[in-house]
Amino acid sequence: MSMLWIAAIAASLASFVQKWLGYQVPSEVLERPRVARVTRLLPIALLGALVAVQTATDGAAIVADARLAAVGVAAVLLVLRAPFLVVVISAAAAAAALRALGWG
Amino acid sequence: MVTGIMSAALPSSRTAVPDEVRQIRRTGFSVGLATGLYGISYGALATATGLDLWQAMVLSAVLISGGSQFAFVGVIGAGLAIGAALASILLGVRNSLYGLALSRVLPRGGWRGAARAQLTIDESAATSASGTTPEAARAGFWAAGVWVYVFWNLFSLAGALVGQFVSDPGAWGLDAAAAAAFLALLWPRLRSGETIAIAVAAAFVALLTTPVLPSGLPVLAAAMVAVVAGLWPSRGRTEGEQR
Repeated sequence: MSMLWIAAIAASLASFVQKWLGYQVPSEVLERPRVARVTRLLPIALLGALVAVQTATDGAAIVADARLAAVGVAAVLLVLRAPFLVVVISAAAAAAALRALGWG
Repeated sequence: MVTGIMSAALPSSRTAVPDEVRQIRRTGFSVGLATGLYGISYGALATATGLDLWQAMVLSAVLISGGSQFAFVGVIGAGLAIGAALASILLGVRNSLYGLALSRVLPRGGWRGAARAQLTIDESAATSASGTTPEAARAGFWAAGVWVYVFWNLFSLAGALVGQFVSDPGAWGLDAAAAAAFLALLWPRLRSGETIAIAVAAAFVALLTTPVLPSGLPVLAAAMVAVVAGLWPSRGRTEGEQR
């Protein structure tokens, strides 16, 4: 079995366990202020990091290419309260167009 | 749920409660359809970045948590399977919190106990939270959970089928689509100076560690920003605002 399958199955089972655990844990544990703060901030830090990595890295190198402009387009659309699909498709179209023109 | 609040205030509670329940079921359906649609982008990204159709669909059917699935695919794109699983698990931590909040209104045992766990995601928790009575909260959870599950799987299958025929994801801008998807998932959470600071700090940590750590790990290093910020002795004010 490939590493990819192992990772996919492990992540899937872990996801179920996480969801199930929420119903079992005595509420005092997760309501502790610091535990609650870490769990609230974790998705924010991870998504911030994922945006950066997916936008500006290529392997071990930091790069600025068509993705950077595309994420700029996405940010403008988010400010304008565009729906998720519109944001994602516009970003893809912007990057594809820039690359077709030979940049990035 | 303005109508829910208004009808609950009416004296004839026999008709008022089903009204809100019907309304929240409709809301759950719309939420499910809207969320399901962006399963297309997940599916296309998944197969275009190297997952096969079955792997992409196992994540939609069993893992089912949009942010975690995008994270898995994003880190796989960088080439590290274990990192992908870890990033996905860290993003899923919030689902435990939803279970905690939902445990008061949902049934415990049997297959429904397992189903409620499987369907515990952002959308079902949010729809449930909009219900003003336990019945409405329950109806909202099941409606949003079931419809998201159905549409998310249908549309990720459609996306995954399309993604298989994309030989160069870059030419279609799919790598930029992934970055934009993360930004769009992050956006609604940036409600205070603190959350913006944490997102920016995490982005910097990820970029600074990219040249020195194996791919996939910079994202996990950045997660430490949340741990440090969360454990830092806090100003009592933010605690009170949370719930």
